[in-house]
Formats: sequence, C-alpha cells, structure tokens
Amino acid sequence: MADTALPDPTPAELATEERAPPSGLAEFWYYFRENRGAVIGAVFLVFVILVAIFAPLLAPHDPNDQVPSALLVPPAWQPGGTWTYPIGTDSIGRDMLSRLIYGSRYSLFIGVVVVAISLAGGIILGLIAGFARGAIDTIIMRIMDVILAFPSLLLALVLVTILGPGLTNAMIAIAISYQPHYVRLARASVLAERSKDYVTAAKVAGASLPRLMFITILPNIMAPLIVQAALSFSNAILDAAALGFLGMGAQPPTPEWGTMLADARQFILRAWWVVTFPGLAILFAVLAINLVGDGLRDALDPKLKRS
Amino acid sequence: MLRFLLRRLALIVPTFIGITIVSFGFIRMLPADPVVAMSGERGISDERHAQLMHQLGLDRPIWQQYLDYVWGLLHGDFGYSIFNHRPIGESFAILFPATIELSLAAIVFAIVIGIPLGVIAAVRRGKLVDQLAMGGALVGYSMPIFWWGLLLIIVFSGILHWTPVSGRISSDFFIKPVTGFMLIDSWRSGQAGAFASAVSHLILPAIVLGTIPLAVIARQTRSAMLEVLGEDYVRTARAKGLPAWRVIGIHALRNALIPVVTTIGLQVGYLLAGAILTESIFSWPGVGKWMVDSIEQRDYPAVQGGMVLIALFVMVVNLLVDVLYSVVNPRIRHVR
Repeated sequence: MADTALPDPTPAELATEERAPPSGLAEFWYYFRENRGAVIGAVFLVFVILVAIFAPLLAPHDPNDQVPSALLVPPAWQPGGTWTYPIGTDSIGRDMLSRLIYGSRYSLFIGVVVVAISLAGGIILGLIAGFARGAIDTIIMRIMDVILAFPSLLLALVLVTILGPGLTNAMIAIAISYQPHYVRLARASVLAERSKDYVTAAKVAGASLPRLMFITILPNIMAPLIVQAALSFSNAILDAAALGFLGMGAQPPTPEWGTMLADARQFILRAWWVVTFPGLAILFAVLAINLVGDGLRDALDPKLKRS
Repeated sequence: MLRFLLRRLALIVPTFIGITIVSFGFIRMLPADPVVAMSGERGISDERHAQLMHQLGLDRPIWQQYLDYVWGLLHGDFGYSIFNHRPIGESFAILFPATIELSLAAIVFAIVIGIPLGVIAAVRRGKLVDQLAMGGALVGYSMPIFWWGLLLIIVFSGILHWTPVSGRISSDFFIKPVTGFMLIDSWRSGQAGAFASAVSHLILPAIVLGTIPLAVIARQTRSAMLEVLGEDYVRTARAKGLPAWRVIGIHALRNALIPVVTTIGLQVGYLLAGAILTESIFSWPGVGKWMVDSIEQRDYPAVQGGMVLIALFVMVVNLLVDVLYSVVNPRIRHVR
C-alpha cells in the first residue's frame, strides 16, 4: 500500500503546529521547576556527569596506583590522616577519592547502557505485541511473564553465571531482567492509543505499519516510558553495584562503586571510610536520579500532576 | 469470579512451561557441559566423560531430556547437589523457612512503619512532616541495601554492641528445627534467652530487607490517601461531625488500602531478590545465601533447582495476590 499524499494542512493546524513545540517544552519546564527536589536532583546529576567527564583532571591520583606506604590511611580530618589522601586510602594503598571519581564513569555508563538496551527492546517488542495482537502478542507477553517470575537480581546472577562475570555481561543481564516492565508499559500504551482518532486518520491516509508504529504512535507513548527509564536508570546502578558487591559484576581493580564495597567488606570494623564513601556515592547518585525521575513523572504524566 | 479464576489459572501453564525451559536451558547454556562442570578443575578422561554423559541421560535427544526433567520436577525431583550430594528439594525445604521468616519480619516492619507514615504525610500534606517523611522515603527507596546492612553492622554491632553480626541464633543454643521458623522453634524450646537471641539476630536483617518496601509502601499509601481524602464520602463523613481519627482511620484508610495491598503483594519478588543480598551480608542461612554460595561453588544443579523453586514460588504468590485483589476490588475481574 503506497503512501498517498496528505492534504495540505489548514491554517489552524499550521498555527498549532508552530506553537506546539515551544509550549510543550515550556510546559514541561514549568512543571519540572515546581518540584524543588527534582531541580536539586538535576543539579547534582549534572555535577556527577561533569565529574565523570573530567575525572582525569579532577582525580588527585591514579585510581589504580598502589602506595605500599599508605595502606588504610584514614581521612584527612582524622588522626593519622593527610590531605594527600583527603578521604583516605583502601587496603592496598589506593586513593579513595580518585577511585570514587573514576567510579562515577562506570555507574553512569551502566545506567545509560542498561536503559538504552531495555528501552529499545521494550519499545520494539511492546509495539509489536500491541499491534499484532493474537498469537504473537500472547507469545511475547508470556515470555515476559516468565522473566518476571524470576526475582531480577537472581535472574541477573544466573545470566552472569552463564555469560561469565564482568561489567558488560552484568549490564546485559540487568537489561534483560528489566525488559518485561518496558514491554508491558509500551504494549498497554499502544492498546490505549491505537483506537484513537488520530491513529485511524493516519491509517485512512494510508500510513504504512512501521510509520503507524514509530511515527504516529511512538511519540505519544513516550511519556510513561521516559519515567520508567529514569527509574530503571537508578535501579540499574543499584543492581550493577549489587552484582559487583557479590563479585559477579565489574571485576577488581575496576573502581566501580559496588566492587569497591566488596573489597572493603573485610575492613568494616577497622576502617569505616572504605565502606562508607563508596556507599554514599551510590546513594547520592541514585537519589539524584530518583528525584529527577519524580520530577519527570510530575511534568510528563498529566494524571498525576495535581497530586 | 469463577471465570476470572479459571482464566488466571490457565495463565499459569505457559508460565510454568517457560520457567522449566529457562531452568532446563540454564545448565545447557553454560560454557562447559554439565559433566565437565561437575568434574571441576581436576578434569576428566574422555571415556569417563562419555560414560557419565550416558549415565545422566545427556546423550539422548534434547526434547526427551526436557520431558524427563519436567517429569522429575512434577514428581518433586529437583536433582542432586554436586557439593553435598543431597537432594536439592530437601536442602531448599530446610533453608526456605529461614528466608520466609526474614521476609515476613521485613514486610511486617515495612507495613507497621510505612502505612502510618504515608497516612500522616497525606493528612499533613505539604507540611514539614510530609516533606520529612517523603524525603526519608525517597532516601530509603534509593538505598543500596548491601551497603545499608554494612553500615548498620558498623553502628549497632561494631560500636554499640547491641546486635550480633551474623546467623539466626547464638551458638550457645541448640534449637531443634520443628517449624523451621527460629522465632517459633526457640520459643517452643523453652530455653532461657533463646527467643531473645533469635529476635536480636533477626532485627538488623529485617530492617535492611524491609527498607525499600517501607519506602514504596509509604509513598503508595500517601498517594492513595490523598486521592481518597478528596472523595465526597469523606466530606460527608466530616460533615456528619465524625471525629478526624474516625474519618481518616476508618472511612479513608480502608479504601486507600486497596492499592496498597497490591503494592505489598508485588514486594514478594523484591523480597526474594533482596534476600540474596541481605542473607549474604548477615550470613543468614536461607535460600538467597544458598544460591550465591552455589554459584560460587559452581554447584550448577543446586542453582538450577533453586531458581526453579523460587520462580514457582513467585508464580504462586502472584496468583494468590491477583485473586485476593479481585476479592477486594471486584472491578478488576472485568478488565482484560
């Protein structure tokens, strides 16, 4: 079925088209700004991103440099501490601050990759399930049910056992365990949208199936998916850190925050700083992203705007 | 209701088949075949390898192996551990009560604090209490729980010496497992101090595991309460001159709890995932720690058996939650 030419837009349509994009963004910013927490979260997130980008300039030491004369040096403000290592060193004499700074790169990278994989997969599978209905829909959704039956961290652990421990495999495993949430969300939105007039209009105008899926409907179902993406961004950081903590994620000496905690576990009662700071880094990063996620939800989801 | 129940039950069949395919596939997707994996680093001769493959039925067509596997599962045969050669179903049955006990304690902790917190936040909406409660909930929701556990150990075990660091009960006591629930068994044993010891061992792990559900429940309760408090019947109740606690605690809360109950039901999967971390930190002898240990020891049959049992458990609990929810909220039965 060939695309037939669309009729020229009426002046009214043109006017709304011209006004719509800026007002959409402005409206988004208006609601986002309302939420003070979200703005604070966004500022902190930008800070973490900058730290990650400029890590080589900011870090006082090489994150993997081992100084045998400076094992478990406490933070500078404690007796025995020195400003050479502002928040102390770990058990093999590596500067904690530098490792944390470099660690921000891994956490952000993990979040981006996991969200990208699961979002892309979820959109494609969800659109297919929502449009195809029937057998294909059933098969896709039952597979998602099966994935959901396994607790996400257990599934990720098992997948990493198959694929082998490491950061890349951990990210793939986590992305797979998140897949059902995106697919369900995308499918439900497609089902809600597909009978609306604008979709019928596009169909009547001769839009092809891929066009209907990706150009007509997709932009209209993005809002809940973006909110879900923000939520799973932070969950991905937590789960990757958990895998690292269990020795199945990023492998030492990678300065990934969870892996750092795994190394530090045996020193918890002797050197509080090797345990406290990597955890705080995870907590703050995740908190900032969740704050932004809440703000995004308020700004993008009109149903929740007033609550 | 019956139609809903039957439809919901029918959905279990494909999920069950899917779970068995995943767990069956797990052992076969490992880089090494099961015999090589079992023989470990010692290696194995080709002849013995072939013999074992035949003995374990691994040289037969894959569909036949799968059917045998499912047949075994349906008859309660979950395989044998390579590590201690015990039936996996038996190990699971011994360890699972510990995980259930921990999870129940965690969810009770989460409910007892989370629901009142959400109610107070909703009633005092926008006030300082609300902001503190919701800020706290967001921090709890963002918490890396394995770190939270270590932190609590540092403070309460390391500095204050209030709670023990690991295990379910002090080694001074020998408790014969009857129910598998240490609180009940230690109470029944009648040994002085045994119950107190069991409680003190349970507190920190339960707090750690319950933190995220607590945050989720508090947030959900608040938003459900806000919605209900705006309803007409609440206004009517107020207009009748009922005392505030009655309007909030009975009229509003009862209806606000419907979505909260679902939220609580949805925490089961999370609790089992969280148990993996919590049990590892506190050396809690449950299925979560067992799974991690089995993965570390390359005891793949145990991993396989454990994952299938956990998934079946989650499947059944989800079914119960759905059915319960449809009892509480009849509208759901007619939604596709």
